[in-house]
Amino acid sequence: MTMRVLFFLSFLLHAATVAAAPSQNALRPAGIQAERIHDLWLLTVGVCAVVFAAVLVALLLALWRSGRSDATTAPDVASLAAPEPTLKRNVLLAVGASIALLFVLIVADFQTDRLLGRMPLADAVHIEVTAHQWWWEARYNDPEPGKIFSTANELHIPVGRPVIMTLKSSDVIHTFWLPNLHGKKDMIPGRTSLIRLRADQPGTYRGQCAEFCGLEHAMMAFLVTAEPNESYEAWADAQRREASNVLSARESRGRQVFMERSCVMCHTVQGSGANAVFGPDLTHVASRQTLASGVLPNNRQQMAAWVTQPQKLKPGTNMPATALSGEELEALLDYLGTLK
Amino acid sequence: MNPLFVRQLCACVVLLALLPGCYREQRPLPGAPATASPTDPLRLSGLQPGEPKASATANNPFEKNAYATSQGKRLFKQYNCAGCHGSGGGGGMGPALMDDKWIYGPEPANIYATIVQGRPNGMPSFGGHIPEEQLWQLVAYVRSLSGQLGSAVAPARSDSLSPGKAEQQRQKEEPREGGLPQQAQ
Repeated sequence: MTMRVLFFLSFLLHAATVAAAPSQNALRPAGIQAERIHDLWLLTVGVCAVVFAAVLVALLLALWRSGRSDATTAPDVASLAAPEPTLKRNVLLAVGASIALLFVLIVADFQTDRLLGRMPLADAVHIEVTAHQWWWEARYNDPEPGKIFSTANELHIPVGRPVIMTLKSSDVIHTFWLPNLHGKKDMIPGRTSLIRLRADQPGTYRGQCAEFCGLEHAMMAFLVTAEPNESYEAWADAQRREASNVLSARESRGRQVFMERSCVMCHTVQGSGANAVFGPDLTHVASRQTLASGVLPNNRQQMAAWVTQPQKLKPGTNMPATALSGEELEALLDYLGTLK
Repeated sequence: MNPLFVRQLCACVVLLALLPGCYREQRPLPGAPATASPTDPLRLSGLQPGEPKASATANNPFEKNAYATSQGKRLFKQYNCAGCHGSGGGGGMGPALMDDKWIYGPEPANIYATIVQGRPNGMPSFGGHIPEEQLWQLVAYVRSLSGQLGSAVAPARSDSLSPGKAEQQRQKEEPREGGLPQQAQ
């Protein structure tokens, strides 16, 4: 009895966390491209379900009509010798139906692909997404060089405006997969691929690397927030700003720790001396919802754990553990908290 | 059944059974960082007060680890060692690392000290900026540049196009005294 209650409770808990988490569901399309893929999926599932049901019915019918016997009587095999004109007709019918349905699926597939390519692209947002082991770099391009900015693991896009993403990889093959907005697209080192999508409903959607890429493949997620154009522009303006150098004494001490220890070897903080590009850009790290590529919620405790014990939280990550005294860690966390 | 075929089949089964016994290199994941000053620091001298103690870190723990050496290769590029020493260790602004001349000594401890403390006329000091395990990964890679590591350990190829032989295929250079520090321009 207690087992059953426990099971039920854990199920409830699971359902609650799933409901609270950002949506990652190809069956809940939030954009025009995903809707078309969803339509194709529905058609394919429908056709396959009908065919499966028909095959099962035919099988049951054949079982029911077959010659029966029990332990004492010989089976009636007379029907085997008799000619079966209906059998030939039924087989021909089934083959014909299969070919016709296959043809329907091929045409639908082709048509979906054509529709995906027809999304209007005027006034598009251009984002260059680079996959790394195991995080995502996003560079928002603009014809005006001063408006280009970089962020990591968390993208914002305007609702109703097309987004053209240029996909690259810096090390091994990854796959960009944002199921609520589009299908999968491979990211192959040395090659550039494009994905065009549009979010039509505001919301936060979770994406995930969909090609096994090493130890932490499963912990390589990203969030995409689709929001109205005005709030997107406000977010982009905030991301373009450099980090403030007006700091309290403790925050300045944190900045000093950042510059003197290993942080500065890989990370960028715009407006400070740190400009290495081998880890995520931290200029606005405090404005993000997650740390470590969608693995941890972004708060002070998790940040402390991530800085001091990254291998415990994400074994194999390229982020090294940094030995800090209590005072240094608190100061560093204060400083990172100012990077909004 | 053909006896030859049976014999071959038996050989296959036996070989397959032996396969799980093969050596597989472990990937060491860095553990917790030291919180205090290390009690067993890098020692460049055998002369010590009290009873002499061999340094545990004087020998590179990653010298026989291909994964760590390839991480060293990645860091060599990321931390911009390649900016002065050349991407294959061929030299440039800084001295070449693929030849037989070692200005400050060929031992792992010498290379470690060079990276941590810096050297006159241009070699920056990276002490405090690079964690311990990454330092030893870099040391292992620097030694592979002149063929000091075995071919099972040295990197076999680069991520990007690069001229010259891969580290794995380089002949071992016999270290000798010589070479001059870069002169200040």
